[in-house]
Amino acid sequence: MTGRAGRAFALAILLLGHALADDIPANQRLSGHDMMGAEAQAMQRDDFANPAMLAVKEGEALWKAAPGEGRPSCQSCHGDAAESMKGVAARYPARDASTGRAFDLPGQIQACQTGRQAVAPSARESAALLALEAYLSLQSRGMPLASPRARGLEDAVLRGEKLYRQRFGQLDLSCAQCHSQNWGRSLGGTRIPQAHPTGYPLFRMEWQAIGSLQRRFRNCMTGIRAEPFPAGAPEWVDLEIYLKERAADMAMDAPGVRP
Amino acid sequence: MSGRAAHAGTGRELWLAIAAFLVALAMPARAQQDVPEAGPLAVSRPPDAENGRRIVTDRRKGLCLLCHSGPFPEVRFQGDLAPSLAGAGSRWTPAQLRARLIDSRLFNGETIMPPYFRAEGQSRMAVAFKGRTILTAEEIEDVTAFLATLRE
Ligand code: HEC
Ligand code: HEC
Ligand code: HEC
Repeated sequence: MTGRAGRAFALAILLLGHALADDIPANQRLSGHDMMGAEAQAMQRDDFANPAMLAVKEGEALWKAAPGEGRPSCQSCHGDAAESMKGVAARYPARDASTGRAFDLPGQIQACQTGRQAVAPSARESAALLALEAYLSLQSRGMPLASPRARGLEDAVLRGEKLYRQRFGQLDLSCAQCHSQNWGRSLGGTRIPQAHPTGYPLFRMEWQAIGSLQRRFRNCMTGIRAEPFPAGAPEWVDLEIYLKERAADMAMDAPGVRP
Repeated sequence: MSGRAAHAGTGRELWLAIAAFLVALAMPARAQQDVPEAGPLAVSRPPDAENGRRIVTDRRKGLCLLCHSGPFPEVRFQGDLAPSLAGAGSRWTPAQLRARLIDSRLFNGETIMPPYFRAEGQSRMAVAFKGRTILTAEEIEDVTAFLATLRE
């Protein structure tokens, strides 16, 4: 090897080593809140200014109300959400013991609506489902995200990681290429976040509404001109499970605010 | 990883190929040698560098300035995921620029730069884009002609 090739060889190893260790060390993880401007941060932290708190109020009312003549309210079975639902959102998605299927939090709410209240489930992205989800998520505020791997969801973690690292769409990009390898950089003026799902559902100013984590996933998929998975699809749940493994122990801060 | 590569014959060849590629990358301000090239695409009209500039600065069409920066004072938000396009025409020949636009994976298998003239091989292409390339052959020639004017 000539001197020049030798130096280039060493450089190649250095760069490749960097590319392989391509995820964020635990002590450098930052939430979406940590990475946004001071104004949006202040809005998220102030319950009177955070527009998502309106949905929380709606969710509280829905929790207490009977969904129809003679049908039980959520509260009639679960009691005070501040107690019974404390920490629940921080350990979702979870596996349903009888079917073996993993449910995200909105999926579990829908399952109770169908199975326990005997009513038609609220649709994904409907105001009612987002409100209930926001209300339940608030009951985990400040609590650490539980590791899905430690809860027996290893298979879903692996499937989710595969999706996270797979290139999709006409632009042929993977989630990892933006969120693990280029976080903090400017994508045409927008700072790329690390994609930790600590704050969902959240109010996004661009949406002028509260929206779910799956809505955020869909935005990123259509951004790379890929066909999103259908609402509630198992692929989305696997992705959420992987992202929560990646964000394990980070504090929940739902409902968040984003520009 | 490096230990394994040093022992395995094919691994070593791969490393040498990467090293050669990096040597090429490290050579400044002079057209590169031994890198992928592509001849002019069949087009229905002569290349239009001015249209190429429009495409490069259009964040929905060319998308270039989402990642790159460059000598485009009128574009307020530019990216910093990729090298500046300033001087690209001094660093690369038109045939090399064209090859990179067509499919930059020819230069770097791990690249984030989208393949502008490849309609196959991507997973889950959005229905609206299925079977379509990001740019047409004419647009590839326009952008190539424009990039060639970016000299230092
Ligand atoms: C081209 C780069 C890019 C790709 C590829 C990409 N994203 Fe994103 N993503 C972004 C940007 C930029 C934002 C922030 C958008 C904003 O603030 O307006 C974002 C936001 C997010 C967020 C919200 C983070 C928060 O704190 O609110 C999540 C979660 C996310 N992306 C997940 C994904 C997943 C999953 C994929 C793969 C299916 C993906 N992204 C692919 C660029 C990308
Ligand atoms: C008739 C009683 C009943 C009603 C009404 C009911 N649930 Fe449930 N819910 C249960 C039972 C029992 C479980 C545990 C077994 C299961 O997962 O089905 C459960 C589980 C849950 C869980 C998961 C808790 C955990 O620790 O994993 C959530 C979240 C939940 N329910 C939310 C709701 C919401 C929101 C409503 C109202 C829309 C509601 N439930 C209505 C009986 C009920
Ligand atoms: C998603 C990000 C992204 C987009 C969009 C993008 N590029 Fe790139 N481009 C890169 C990266 C990163 C490199 C550095 C080499 C590599 O990693 O492949 C690069 C390299 C280049 C180079 C060689 C730079 C040099 O002089 O060394 C040229 C020229 C180029 N791109 C032109 C373009 C043009 C023109 C467009 C729009 C039609 C475009 N790129 C769109 C990411 C991008």
